[in-house]
Amino acid sequence: MRGFLTLLARNRLALVGLIVIGCVALLALITPLLPLANPNVIDTPNRFQPPFSAGAVLGTDHLGRDLLSRLLWGTRLSLAMGLAAAMIAATIGSAIGIIAGYYGGRTDNVIMRGVDMLMGFPYILLALAIVAALGPGLMNALIAVAAVNVPFFARNIRGITVGIAHKEFVDAARLSGMRNRDIILSEVLPNVLPVIVIAMSTTVGWMILETAGLSFLGLGSQPPQADLGSMLGEARSALITHPHTSIVPGAMILVIVMGINLLGDGVRDALDPRLKSGALSRPMPATTVDRHGPVPTARTDSLLDIVGLRTEFRVRDRVYKAVGGVDLHVEQGECLGIIGESGSGKSVTALSVMGLVASPPGVITGGAVHFDGTDLIGAPYEVLRALRGRRVAYIFQDPLATLHPLYKVGDQLIEAIQTHDPLSKEAARIRAIDLLKSVRIPNAESRIDSYPYEMSGGMRQRVGIAMALANDPDVIIADEPTTALDVTVQAQILSVLSDLRRERGLAIIFITHDFGVVGQLCDRVAVMYAGQIVEEGPTEAVLRNPHHPYTSRLIDCVPTLGGGQRKLAAIPGLPPVVDRLPVGCAFAERCDKADPTCRADAIALMPTGAGRKTRCLFPETKQERIV
Amino acid sequence: MTGYILKRLVSAIPVLLGISVIVFLIMAMIPGDPATAILGSYATPENVEKLNRDLGLDQGLVPRYFIWLGHMVQGDFGRSFALNRPVLDEVLDRFGATLILAGTSFVLCSLLGVAAGVVSAARQYGWADKAITFVVLVGISIPSFFLGMMMILIFAVQLRWFPVSGMWPIYGDRTLWVLLDHLFMPALALAVVATGVIARLARSAMLEVLRQDFIRTARAKGVREGRVIWRHALRAAMVSIIPVLGIQAGFVLSGAVYIEMVFQWPGVGRMLVDAILKRDILLVQGGVVFIAACYVMFNIMVDVAQAMLDPRIKT
Ligand code: SF4
Repeated sequence: MRGFLTLLARNRLALVGLIVIGCVALLALITPLLPLANPNVIDTPNRFQPPFSAGAVLGTDHLGRDLLSRLLWGTRLSLAMGLAAAMIAATIGSAIGIIAGYYGGRTDNVIMRGVDMLMGFPYILLALAIVAALGPGLMNALIAVAAVNVPFFARNIRGITVGIAHKEFVDAARLSGMRNRDIILSEVLPNVLPVIVIAMSTTVGWMILETAGLSFLGLGSQPPQADLGSMLGEARSALITHPHTSIVPGAMILVIVMGINLLGDGVRDALDPRLKSGALSRPMPATTVDRHGPVPTARTDSLLDIVGLRTEFRVRDRVYKAVGGVDLHVEQGECLGIIGESGSGKSVTALSVMGLVASPPGVITGGAVHFDGTDLIGAPYEVLRALRGRRVAYIFQDPLATLHPLYKVGDQLIEAIQTHDPLSKEAARIRAIDLLKSVRIPNAESRIDSYPYEMSGGMRQRVGIAMALANDPDVIIADEPTTALDVTVQAQILSVLSDLRRERGLAIIFITHDFGVVGQLCDRVAVMYAGQIVEEGPTEAVLRNPHHPYTSRLIDCVPTLGGGQRKLAAIPGLPPVVDRLPVGCAFAERCDKADPTCRADAIALMPTGAGRKTRCLFPETKQERIV
Repeated sequence: MTGYILKRLVSAIPVLLGISVIVFLIMAMIPGDPATAILGSYATPENVEKLNRDLGLDQGLVPRYFIWLGHMVQGDFGRSFALNRPVLDEVLDRFGATLILAGTSFVLCSLLGVAAGVVSAARQYGWADKAITFVVLVGISIPSFFLGMMMILIFAVQLRWFPVSGMWPIYGDRTLWVLLDHLFMPALALAVVATGVIARLARSAMLEVLRQDFIRTARAKGVREGRVIWRHALRAAMVSIIPVLGIQAGFVLSGAVYIEMVFQWPGVGRMLVDAILKRDILLVQGGVVFIAACYVMFNIMVDVAQAMLDPRIKT
């Protein structure tokens, strides 16, 4: 509750709302004590006095009554009506909701049917029908507004009650022989009360508006008594000649409702936990780049050369260094594996290449990605976009989530083709069918008109691969493309990929946590841990003779191809949280060879044999492996 | 699809019956003798007796309901004694005006609301987002009847851009242009609140969708950002926006009552208010049932639109 209040106070607009509402409510409370003119004394000779005239600060209305006094009394009445309606609706609605939710079954069914029916009415029809039956008048308008809002409370509170009715403490109370009525009063009610209060606070503005509306139509408060709505209604005939009589009550309604809305928004924001973490930000078209210092130049003339890449996530006041200075390169036609546990930074590295890291919160803070003479990190968005999918394409993990659910797969393929190639729709469709055939989808001609949800996981991933191939890219970055699939399908997908690679001379960066997959497909492998590369070398050499203790652990826990997530548990301990990285070796916590020198200082990636590099002070030797 | 539409139409029957029961029960709350209440100042003994016979008012609630329902099914909504004409004729006459006003408003608020929400989400935290958020806040806080009055004051009286009120000029031709001229202000005033609500919802629906993986896929394909937003993201967001459009249609219809009063628009809403003040019970009852039934039909259209948009809904 305290946290909630501070959060509310931190929201400046909500605070403004609270102050406005507080002031209006205070004024309404003390109205009888103020030295005001009688709001109902008619003084026709002095009618339509303009504001700021002697004796009437806000002027007078069409009967010469003091507007300020009428405004305050009217506000008082409007607030009281709105509050009363909210209380009545909340009480009756909550009672219905609790009964429906608590008893469930047929009771629930019948009640909720009726509630749904009532909610199917445009609310004013119902209110008008009630007023028509009971006759115009303040109390009847109040009843009508309350009645119209009963279903809203009934439905909300029922939802909450259903959740509570099956909790252990309610079951316990039932078993102990408590009567239902007592359980509802002593166990259920206290738990739903906060929800009722919140629902009330968010609807009270609405009810003030509705009662004012009925009064405006002449169906609510009757003369001489006036609330804000009927003041406005009476002033309407003099709108053109004496607008101030309309503006005064109307502006007051606006102020009240706006204040309540501001406050309500603040309450909602404070209650919505997703907003606290800032997760509701939408990612920008390309990852934000905030690079300082000189841009590292390309080291080699590789097709793709990643140099000193740093990517971090900035969430509130914390910084998660997901990628902390990664160097990698891929040659034409080569397959590079990047392996590591989840959270090691391997995916973020891959997504950084084309600026696809969600941003906010992702920021690329250093390094360069040289591709065909261009530094992609510093490249303007248009350059990046033109290269995306055409020269560097991605295959993602879960094709059900990564394909658009509402478009046919064919249309998504055709779009991929047409984005970079001004083909006619027919020509693109023919090419799309060819692509589907090339990833060995049977009946490609009919499958092209399927929606993703109509396909199996393996078929969907083939579509994902076909889409990546659409523009004959030079590099394909595959981010755990087989993780969501079962073992046989996984093997099929891998064989499709390795055939395509041979046929087309594709360079592939293959990201996985599975050494079995790496062994099948990759020429070279880079092992990542806590945002850094800890070992790199030719796949066979690394597999046969790992140098880094972490690598050897990873290899040890791969019994066969594709063991799924299970094997991760085989390494004791967890990777360090990347917002609190240790000074020395990040693996020290989990390494049995760890030594004070390991923790003393940052460790460099050192050459350890032909084409191999390792980030460890005490690399593994063959003897240790055999033991 | 036709099968689905038929299925939805059939499922509307119990809802319509439910509505008739609710209206009937509300009207049964009228204190005193129903025939006298219905006839008001026309309540001569002969009239009362005739009405009792026609509507079965001297019988119990249940037979009365079925007599009433039977008449309605045959298109007989009773007779307005104040206007001395059949209720259905009067309602149908007025309904066109309401349909034009509320329909225009609904189109306006859907287009403006969705567009504002999309822009707001795409430019999250930018000046456009902030401006839209502020305008939306004011929009959903201002009572439509007050807004309408202020619009009359500024745009009709001060600036003389639009006529003050009414649907047609007293003299002159009834051309489309004249109608649009009269329609613009009330339709806009009516649309404002719903626009705000829809914009808010569209913004959060878009933010939700833009974080999803398939948006990243579209960007990875190199699709232009405009297309990513307006095609990929909006299409997916519409799945959660459309049901709210249906709900907002109900609010537009409700708001029409106020706007018709403010702008002297000859629609059903004004007819209902006048009828209540004149205690013309049968006219109120018929009008309410008719509009509620239309709203049910409209919601079926919303469901059908949703099914056409989302192939995952089994049709
Ligand atoms: S540097 Fe030390 S702690 Fe780190 S992996 Fe090597 S031996 Fe283990």
